[in-house]
Amino acid sequence: MHNPAHAGTARSPLVRAEDVTVRFESRDATVQAVNSVSFTLDPGEVLCILGESGSGKSVTLRALMRLLPPRRSFLTGRIEIGGRDVLAMSERALADLRGTEVGMIFQEPMVAFDPVYSVGRQITETIVRHEGVGRPEATRRALDLLERVRIPSPARRLRAYPHELSGGMRQRAMIALALSCRPSLLLADEPTTALDATVQIQILLLLRELQRELGMAVIFVTHDVGVAVEIADRIAVMYGGRFVETGPVGQIMRDPRHPYTRGLLTSTVHGSLRGTLLEAIPGSPPDMTRLPPGCAFAPRCRYAEPRCEAPPPAVDLSPRHMVRCVRAA
Amino acid sequence: MSGGADTRAGGTRSEGAQGAGPQGGGARSGSAAPPLLEVRDLRKHFPVRGGILNRTVAWVKAVDDVDLHVRPGEVLGIVGESGCGKSTTARLLMHLIRADAGRVTFDGALVQADDAAGLREVRRQMQMVFQDSYSSLNPRLPIEETIMFGPKVHGVSAGAARERARELFTLVGLDPAQFIRRYPHELSGGQRQRVNIARALALEPRLLILDEAVSALDKSVEAQVLNLLLALRRELGLTYVFISHDLNVVQYMSDRVLVMYLGKVVEIGPTADIYERMQHPYTEALLSAMPSMDPDRRTERPPLTGDPPNPINPPPGCRFHTRCRFADDVCRRAEPRLAPVQGAGGGTGGDGRGGRDGGNDRNGGNGRNDTGGSHLVACHMRAVGSGHGLAPG
Repeated sequence: MHNPAHAGTARSPLVRAEDVTVRFESRDATVQAVNSVSFTLDPGEVLCILGESGSGKSVTLRALMRLLPPRRSFLTGRIEIGGRDVLAMSERALADLRGTEVGMIFQEPMVAFDPVYSVGRQITETIVRHEGVGRPEATRRALDLLERVRIPSPARRLRAYPHELSGGMRQRAMIALALSCRPSLLLADEPTTALDATVQIQILLLLRELQRELGMAVIFVTHDVGVAVEIADRIAVMYGGRFVETGPVGQIMRDPRHPYTRGLLTSTVHGSLRGTLLEAIPGSPPDMTRLPPGCAFAPRCRYAEPRCEAPPPAVDLSPRHMVRCVRAA
Repeated sequence: MSGGADTRAGGTRSEGAQGAGPQGGGARSGSAAPPLLEVRDLRKHFPVRGGILNRTVAWVKAVDDVDLHVRPGEVLGIVGESGCGKSTTARLLMHLIRADAGRVTFDGALVQADDAAGLREVRRQMQMVFQDSYSSLNPRLPIEETIMFGPKVHGVSAGAARERARELFTLVGLDPAQFIRRYPHELSGGQRQRVNIARALALEPRLLILDEAVSALDKSVEAQVLNLLLALRRELGLTYVFISHDLNVVQYMSDRVLVMYLGKVVEIGPTADIYERMQHPYTEALLSAMPSMDPDRRTERPPLTGDPPNPINPPPGCRFHTRCRFADDVCRRAEPRLAPVQGAGGGTGGDGRGGRDGGNDRNGGNGRNDTGGSHLVACHMRAVGSGHGLAPG
């Protein structure tokens, strides 16, 4: 609720989000995309935001960097990254933060690259702009980065244009670009979703390895439970713009407590279910322009009861495991 | 609001329900039944044009000499990565595009591309559901009209078609009273895909080609639609060709699975053989690229490095040899052909046909044709008589 004295204490989190709320307004509707999301992220920690389309996961990620369309979106709450108040920053300060402290990767690498400049030029430019080193030094670092993300014949690839690279290579190049200024936080928005299975696993393992080597914190948005399990330390399950359950990945997989999390896991198909009826969640995801005041999952929940019409409480099952459901209380 | 989105497929099939359909569930009932759909040497190469004269400079060998068959009542899964030719295969089966070569036989009769009446009949019996649920519906028509359209074209009166549409809505789990007057944009993705399934069923087909039909849906909705598809298959005795890049979903749905790589079939067999006793190194890689779902046993090393090669001018010999850790000289020179797995049997009564070098005889032998439920692989290292007698062992 109210902002506590920031920082201080034994080990201050890298990211602190409190009551982050995002609305999109148009003439005829208001989309309540993110509703009072609060969390903290420690340095070097990997948090996966897991949710289905329209659950608000990407909007949450973009809100952290204030990347939402300025006129139509309304962002409230409090966001701190490295102890600095993101919502109070000037555009200038924000641009600095985006390159140096925070790197971003997206599902579609073509949006991260300018099609008319070579990959190498874009990476070196970023290094020159943010770190003030000379061009030869920046080129050397760019080459080093491409090697690091395991792009074969990196010297040749530096001169390539984005469209000349295959999908997996482009994704690697984008990771190199995002890491060019050694960020302490990487924001990843479904970076492997468009990739084929054999390429996806390569990119996931690469990210995991780089994250460990560089000690980066990562917030990774995905709709795919399998991907989350491969990469996350902690999972936040999002539904109707809220974090409905957060906890260490092992706990979420072994002992999911929110009915939605359970439904998501039982409806995720795997081979051993062959010949059985899948336990699907009935109904459809909520209309974000008409969210109920209470639990957004209640209309699809088989345990719903009258109490669910009030906003569900956040119940701490343990210091690291939170569930937003009346039944957990 | 979403109506009973559960797995009810409780509708009854009124008049004309028989549609000559075989009884369902016959999938595992041995290999005696003649195939409903059979394809031999199917080929489609797309030209790549370039240069100032716009000449053909290369070919995409999208589908290259593919053989397959689907038995009545069975679900044949087709898996592979993007560019492997699985969607082109689907379009060729439907005759949406013209094959460069190959023979398609439906229910024992050869389908001829220039026989308009015959094609029309085959298209009635074979319907397709696509990935993009929105673009396969007419945005300006209420969904009821869309569903009535097919039967009307095929000579059913408007009244009967409307009646039929209502039945179909019930069949796919949408309440007619609530939905028939809606437009596609007023539905969720899962509901739209139900409408597409209803549209596909309107002509009482015997075979549905489902091309990534659940891939765009959220997991919770995907499960509903998979349940629906299995219920429909049981009740209506349908046969499916189920195409997907999602190995979990294919395993769940299919009786047999066909694995494609760069326009070629690399392995085909009963689902359990493919998932538990896979033979082709590519199948193996594809399966071990699946995320583990167990945080204590994460994937440690990627099974393959690099991206799939460009399907334009694919590598000679075995198309997988550029990424295969077992690749040998023979793999670079000779194209392996589908043949029974070495030391066949593999659990599923593989009929060990083909012999040592039987695969060489393309026309004479029936080795490739009558493959029953057997497990075939196109790999010099793993198959008996994979061709050319060059393979070791």
